[in-house]
Amino acid sequence: MEIVHVYTKKRNEFGRQCNFSDRPAELHVDILPDPSLASNFIERDPCDIPIQCTQEMSEHEVNTERFESDTRGINHVEGGWPKDVNPQEMEQTIRFRKKVEKDEHYFSTIMQLGSNMEHCIKQNNAINIYQEYFEEEEVVEESEEQPSAKTINVFRDPNEIKRTATCLSWHPDGSCKLAVAYSSLGFQNISPDMSYDSYIWDIENPNKPEMTLKPVSLLVCLEYNPKDSHILVGGSYNGQIAYWDTRKGSQPVEMSTIEHSHRDPVYKVIWLQSKTGTDTFSASTDGQVLWWDIRKMSEPTERLVLDPNKKGNLDNALGAISLELDYHFVPTKFMVGTEQGLVVSCNRKAKTPAEKIVCTYSGHHGPIYALQRNPFFPKNFLTVADWTARIWSEDIKESSIMWTKYHMAYLSDGCWSPVRPSVFFTVKMDGTLDVWDFLFKQNDPTLSLKVCDEALYSLRVQDNGRFLACGSQLGTATLLEISPGLCTLQRNEKALATAMFERETKREKILEARHREMRLKERSRSEQSKDEDTKEGDGEESVEELATRTEAEFYEIVEAELKKRAKEQEKKVRRD
Amino acid sequence: MAEVEETLKRIQTHKGVIGTIVVNAEGIPIRTTLDNSTTVQYAGLLHQLTMKARSTVRDLDPQNDLTFLRIRPKKHEIMVAPDKEYLLIVIQNPSE
Repeated sequence: MEIVHVYTKKRNEFGRQCNFSDRPAELHVDILPDPSLASNFIERDPCDIPIQCTQEMSEHEVNTERFESDTRGINHVEGGWPKDVNPQEMEQTIRFRKKVEKDEHYFSTIMQLGSNMEHCIKQNNAINIYQEYFEEEEVVEESEEQPSAKTINVFRDPNEIKRTATCLSWHPDGSCKLAVAYSSLGFQNISPDMSYDSYIWDIENPNKPEMTLKPVSLLVCLEYNPKDSHILVGGSYNGQIAYWDTRKGSQPVEMSTIEHSHRDPVYKVIWLQSKTGTDTFSASTDGQVLWWDIRKMSEPTERLVLDPNKKGNLDNALGAISLELDYHFVPTKFMVGTEQGLVVSCNRKAKTPAEKIVCTYSGHHGPIYALQRNPFFPKNFLTVADWTARIWSEDIKESSIMWTKYHMAYLSDGCWSPVRPSVFFTVKMDGTLDVWDFLFKQNDPTLSLKVCDEALYSLRVQDNGRFLACGSQLGTATLLEISPGLCTLQRNEKALATAMFERETKREKILEARHREMRLKERSRSEQSKDEDTKEGDGEESVEELATRTEAEFYEIVEAELKKRAKEQEKKVRRD
Repeated sequence: MAEVEETLKRIQTHKGVIGTIVVNAEGIPIRTTLDNSTTVQYAGLLHQLTMKARSTVRDLDPQNDLTFLRIRPKKHEIMVAPDKEYLLIVIQNPSE
């Protein structure tokens, strides 16, 4: 309810000085209590009113100016001389010294200190108190701790639209940096807002990547140059190869030309050991393996088509997904893991393209996502594909010598531990990391750890074997530290691992020989029995011949069955 | 007086002893067998260290006091015998 008092004043009276007058009080408004309004309210009885009889205080915060302190040492040059003695003057100093020496106190002090000192000197001369005793008996600690792994840091993709972390690469010196390549491997899953950047993370700082790499298209794989830690090479989704120099910024220094690059995403790129340190080679699912010199990216230096028929036919070629090159072993032999489940072993220095493909190993049902030689036993290599991980020996081409059971989830990546010959790691699509120790247990992983809820796509162990990083579907790279028991070489490990590999290889050899024998027998038997038939000459039949033969056999069986039934019918009729 | 000389000389002639320094409370080397710059360096640094060591010992137990300080670097052993006014420093090469 507004109480308003309105008055009018003439315009020409505005601004005129006020003329105050006095008059008795006038009642303008009187609002009497209206008992009917009381019904809108409820009387509250009793009323709680807190009262405090204290001093009223208020709180303020003050921050003093930051006082910076620094610790420094001072080099004592010459000092302490009393005022009358000039330290530069020899005479004065000598005179001072002589004066001090005549002091009585000096005399007694020196005698006492001297005897103390002599005691210690003689002690020193008598025996070397810091000598290492019992050096030969090294206490072997067999820590019976449970193998474990703990997460140290998690690096998340800072972009809104999350991409999969498809490849990780540790910095070659000291491993304090991790390069992660982000891309989206789902078919046509790339939205226009997706950022193409890949990052280099400093391990200590998970909040912000240390450096961004801006390629032209999403990077599927990324590798540091082991010789020069500033150079990285990356293979991208559109088939091009690019290389970066971290000193020069985020843009690639040079990219390969589209016409000469791969036609499919480049799944793996590896640096070669060469004098110049600038050679790499890359593999992609279009069936080619290309060699590049990063100084001249306009075209590849060499090309190999993975045609199993050795004809160099691109249409027949197998798509390559992983590459392996162990330069400590033999720098010219390398292996390619294909989409079709075959591992192809190749020799780079072969004269003709046909000879380049040496042999193939089959046994997997799906694309081979990881392929690595054992750093201690280069003749054995690990492949990770479909639902199993298998260990192979180079000499046995028909099957792997050891394998894990079939898991519930697809295995997506794996690698050997660089410090222990029998330990390897695998990651699965359900987000678990498995650590296998084949000397300890072969049926199950020694340690199985659920890293995250989404699928894990990539894995890389650091050179000291202690840290490993795994990348997931939503772009998070997790850094884990594994317990020392899993990364220190046990006492007899090398010998035991050698024995185990040899044993399994021998077993497979025997099995292979047996199979071969059986097959030969089969063949000779079928040759003898069906000599009249020209169909099975060498055991090779064309598809149509096989079809007609099967048809004929089928009709024969049907007729025989019909005849049997007719006979039974007759018997029945006769009986009745 | 002569005994002081004799004592110091005896110390110096022990096996493995490289040098002997007598320093007063202000850090002035009174007697030394090493060259001046080395002496001054040893004197200054060890004086501070001895003070710190002594105060540490006294802080831990006020009844206690520092009687001797031995520092064993890789190459030679430095032995310091402290007193209220003077410091006797001997550098020895412990025989292996």
